Amino acid sequence: MTTIQPTAVSADAMDVATASAKTPARRRDRHSRPFRKPQPQEIWGWIFVLVPMLLFLTFVIIPVVMAVVLSFTDYAVIGDAAWVGLENYRRIAGDPIFLLALRNTAIYTLMFVPLGVAVSLGTALLLNRNSRAVKLFRTFFYIPVVASTVATATIWYWLLNPQSGLFNIVLGWFGINGPAWLYDSKWAMTAIVLMSVWSGFGTNMLIYLGGLQGIARELYEAVRIDGANAWQTFRYITIPGLSRTTFLISTLLIIGAFQVFDQAYLLTKGGPGNSTLTVVYYIYNQGFGGLKMGYASALSFVLFLIIAVFSLINFKLTSRSQS
Amino acid sequence: MTTADPYVLRLKRASTPRQKIGTTAWYIAVIAVSITTVFPLIWTIVTSLKPEGEILSSSLQIWPDQPTLENYVKAWTSVPFGRYFFNSTFLAVAGVVLNIFFGSLAGYAFARLRFRGKRVLFGTLLSSLMIPGIVTMVPTFLVLRRFPFAGGNDLFGQGGMGFINSYWAIILPGAAGAFAVFFMRQFFASMPEELAEAARIDGASEFRIFAQIYMPLAKAGAAVLGILTFQAGWNSFMWPLIVLSDRDMLTVQVGLAAFKTEHTTDYGPLMAGTVIVSLPVLLIFVLAQRYIIEGVAHVGSK
Repeated sequence: MTTIQPTAVSADAMDVATASAKTPARRRDRHSRPFRKPQPQEIWGWIFVLVPMLLFLTFVIIPVVMAVVLSFTDYAVIGDAAWVGLENYRRIAGDPIFLLALRNTAIYTLMFVPLGVAVSLGTALLLNRNSRAVKLFRTFFYIPVVASTVATATIWYWLLNPQSGLFNIVLGWFGINGPAWLYDSKWAMTAIVLMSVWSGFGTNMLIYLGGLQGIARELYEAVRIDGANAWQTFRYITIPGLSRTTFLISTLLIIGAFQVFDQAYLLTKGGPGNSTLTVVYYIYNQGFGGLKMGYASALSFVLFLIIAVFSLINFKLTSRSQS
Repeated sequence: MTTADPYVLRLKRASTPRQKIGTTAWYIAVIAVSITTVFPLIWTIVTSLKPEGEILSSSLQIWPDQPTLENYVKAWTSVPFGRYFFNSTFLAVAGVVLNIFFGSLAGYAFARLRFRGKRVLFGTLLSSLMIPGIVTMVPTFLVLRRFPFAGGNDLFGQGGMGFINSYWAIILPGAAGAFAVFFMRQFFASMPEELAEAARIDGASEFRIFAQIYMPLAKAGAAVLGILTFQAGWNSFMWPLIVLSDRDMLTVQVGLAAFKTEHTTDYGPLMAGTVIVSLPVLLIFVLAQRYIIEGVAHVGSK
């Protein structure tokens, strides 16, 4: 990836570098020479970052500040905004639909994160093998990532069709009468979790593969000589060796899981019976459906806080399992 | 899922009976996973080629009795996919060009130039990656809507719709993503300093040093960034759904989602639309899969 090919330019430049190194005196006082002005990196640095930083200011910094301010108002696009203090936050604590959405999102997260870690680690272990076929299967495993959530949801909408969908046909082979999936409030969230894992595990699998290849071979050799079996090797060498990777992946999954929206919007519109209404979906409905932007901002801050707390818990857990 | 010892698996060729069994088991496992990942896509294509009567009655049949393109015609004519294609392509390409340009410029400055405030700026940029997107969504919408002098607005952002319902609503917030800057910075940071010093002695300007010496060396990185940005742009859904509502401004993803809501049981045209929408990214993936896979692994290792 980062290999730098020695090009004609760099070869020439190296010549100049060595030539100038031979005359250190001239090089040292080049700033004082009248006919060659020094290049002020100070100014160029600012010119280079100016536009990106202005965009960053306008579309990240200002919005974050605005979100804080808005969350203390009843701003609703039409009409003036009034300062309401902590009223929005007080309302959130007693908002039954928010609490339902939070419960749904927590259920989603509790299913999605462990399953996501297990599937991406399992597939990475499968592919961590010295064989020419690995590249082909790696491509096959990664393919769902390429499709958009809209395309994936449309495909799964068809896969999960209660009568003619692939899921229930295959379940029928084993004599299982499959549920109505997206039309059943007990199964709709499970279906969304399965779809999300299917469509996203490829990326994390690649990250795990990188992590696996970073574990020193000598460690495996050492425990093999000690007579460790496959499970012991996995438990005492592979798992600890991957702890940093697992932390990265689980953090990314937690942040993503709490913000799940596309899948629920596309597959079930939050239904049936609000069983797949997620927090972000609720924020979307409040902010852009009901134009209650002040309330929506307060909701998004509460979600931010929840994500931060769970990321911290995850950090504690992964760092404890490391020692 | 097997949890076989990766070290044993890495040994050269299967020779003992035990290893032969292991190899066979491995093939069974990887083929089983491949079926779950690839078969739904094949099934989608097959369904899109089936006439209406065959779709529900013989849904599992792997090849239609009478293959037809009528679903594609139906999808293409009932929804202005041509227009959506143009919108999505324009937005994704603009995103690629701007992110490579601004990401390289700022990434280079953060990696190789000395200037005051650099550490604070880069630190702020990096920490912004940890803010969940949902926090800035409502206010970013308002910034775009209230943008001075845009879309009929006056100096105070009153009177018009600002950038809402225009390409700018997608392009501006995503033109110089923190990720692009960080990604390119990693490439420039790994390059030798001597090249710049030599050129500086020759009197080259800082812009020339960037554009003619370092940028050509970062071409591979820029290509990976471009591919990842294109995929993300082409596939993005929630933000276009929020800021673009005019029927002529929709992207392919929002268009397909609307199509799905309107034709809930028209599986044939739905699958045809899915194939149409996925074709560009699938094509790019097939052509550039080595770069994509290595790029993702590279990002993950940082």
